[in-house]
Amino acid sequence: MSLSEGQVSQIAYLARLSLSNEALKDNTKDLNAILGLAEQLGSIDTDGIEPMAHPLHMTQRLRADVVTEKDHSDLFQSIAPKTDNKHYLVPTVIE
Amino acid sequence: MSIHTKTIAQLAQGLKDKDFSSVEITQHYLDRIKQSDLNAFITVTDELAMTQAQAADEKIATGNAGILTGIPYAHKDIFCTQGVKTSAGSKMLDNFISPYDATVSHQLNQTDLVMLGKTNMDEFAMGSSNENSFYGAVKNPWDKSKIPGGSSGGSAASVAGGLSCFATGTDTGGSIRQPASLCGITGLKPTYGRVSRYGMIAYASSLDQAGPMTKTAEDAAIVLNAMAGFDEKDSTSAEQEVPDYTANLNDSIKGLTIGLPKEFFSDGLDDEVATQIMSAVKEFEAMGATVKEVSLPNSAYAIPTYYIVAPCECSSNLSRMDGVRYGYRCENPKDLEDLYLRSRSEGFGEEVKRRIMIGAYALSAGYYDAYYLKAQKTRHLISDDFKKAFKEVDVIMGPVSPTTAFDLGSVKDPVSMYLADIYTLSANLAGLPGMSIPAGFSKKLPVGLQLIGDYWSESKLLNIAHQFQLQTDWHAQSPQEN
Repeated sequence: MSLSEGQVSQIAYLARLSLSNEALKDNTKDLNAILGLAEQLGSIDTDGIEPMAHPLHMTQRLRADVVTEKDHSDLFQSIAPKTDNKHYLVPTVIE
Repeated sequence: MSIHTKTIAQLAQGLKDKDFSSVEITQHYLDRIKQSDLNAFITVTDELAMTQAQAADEKIATGNAGILTGIPYAHKDIFCTQGVKTSAGSKMLDNFISPYDATVSHQLNQTDLVMLGKTNMDEFAMGSSNENSFYGAVKNPWDKSKIPGGSSGGSAASVAGGLSCFATGTDTGGSIRQPASLCGITGLKPTYGRVSRYGMIAYASSLDQAGPMTKTAEDAAIVLNAMAGFDEKDSTSAEQEVPDYTANLNDSIKGLTIGLPKEFFSDGLDDEVATQIMSAVKEFEAMGATVKEVSLPNSAYAIPTYYIVAPCECSSNLSRMDGVRYGYRCENPKDLEDLYLRSRSEGFGEEVKRRIMIGAYALSAGYYDAYYLKAQKTRHLISDDFKKAFKEVDVIMGPVSPTTAFDLGSVKDPVSMYLADIYTLSANLAGLPGMSIPAGFSKKLPVGLQLIGDYWSESKLLNIAHQFQLQTDWHAQSPQEN
């Protein structure tokens, strides 16, 4: 199975990336080569094998649901591209 | 012996004996960094370093110094450092001054170390040659036409090139061990969960692990003592007691059983690299170890498994880079979608985009089972292979990389680059600790021997590596300077 340029363009959009025509060509070639490598996985018998999401098969720790962080909004917003009155500004979404 | 060839242990002794001050050795390193053309650093924190060195000297004068007090080191630019630019080698974070410290940064600060600067790396730790950095490639100190390895290439070049006493690194698929091997230094990737990931910019969260890059195994033990430990801020940090990693360095390794996986010595391994690895193994035999062949039958699938699992995790992790709260934002976005699309497209480099797209595809509806789930099952098989092997042997040895450092710019297609990770990926997939130690040279370029241990066997690995370094002097070689 091989990805078309149209499919790669759609994948790029899903990942919120835009590709120039040349980059689309190159990426289609590269992504197909990488997925070709991944095709090897199809030949392995994994019937009855549990997927391994975590190397130590650890379960997530839980903690009490209490606020531990202080308000750092001024510090955090000091490095933001655009803010106003404790809000992060982006182009208008709803007119 | 010059300052920059001394180990942590030697510098600490010299500081204690007042042979030199921290200010003097810090200035020495800063001068060397200034004159260097290796491109090992993204940011040099000279003022901060001198302030820390002065404070260290005051502490030494009071007699309260620890082993790391006043030692100049280089910090990989993937660890958040409060008030200092933390770029992860990306244009996306070129303007990112971290508002907080990573746990590792905090722990290292507590030991009164002197931070010389932040080291160059492949963008978001994705790469095996350090050519994927927004700040340009790093050169190998042994031959400046060669790559230093990646992704911790700046850290490795900085230690090998005498620009810092030691450095920090992170290893998701070999990013500590492979550059350590190609630059002729000692590098340790601990067991997954041993060192906190909090504030370490995430690439693939179930694989990422930080560790020391040093001149010797003894130094690695000293640094790991400072880096390791449980951290409640990291949800996958292990609640596992931290031993003193220097305590067992001098244990005898007589009776040690070494496993050589036959799959690590097959096609694709350079003959001269194989020769160096086998002569290192012989050295261990002379020290009283026995050698046994083992099999890791699924290790051949480490590359496809890793290059599905890691991109899937990175596509999720890097979705936070959206141009809204920090980092790069495109000029004059016309609407919100344009802001996301252009900020990400202009901010990320080619390899990062490739991996994000592979991950987005492999996780998408209809393909999840065939790729991500399948890779997670294969990961289980790879991990089980090691479990079986460690029933028979104490440590697994083999090459770190199939070749020595290759020419800058010589490997152009991504798949060929991925194939170079064949021997390092499986330890990450299984979560096991691994090391690279200098084991000789091939055509004047360093060859690293890989040690892979069972879970939480860092002390044992460091002991084995230290005993080897007492018998050999590969680790004490330095590149010629002109």
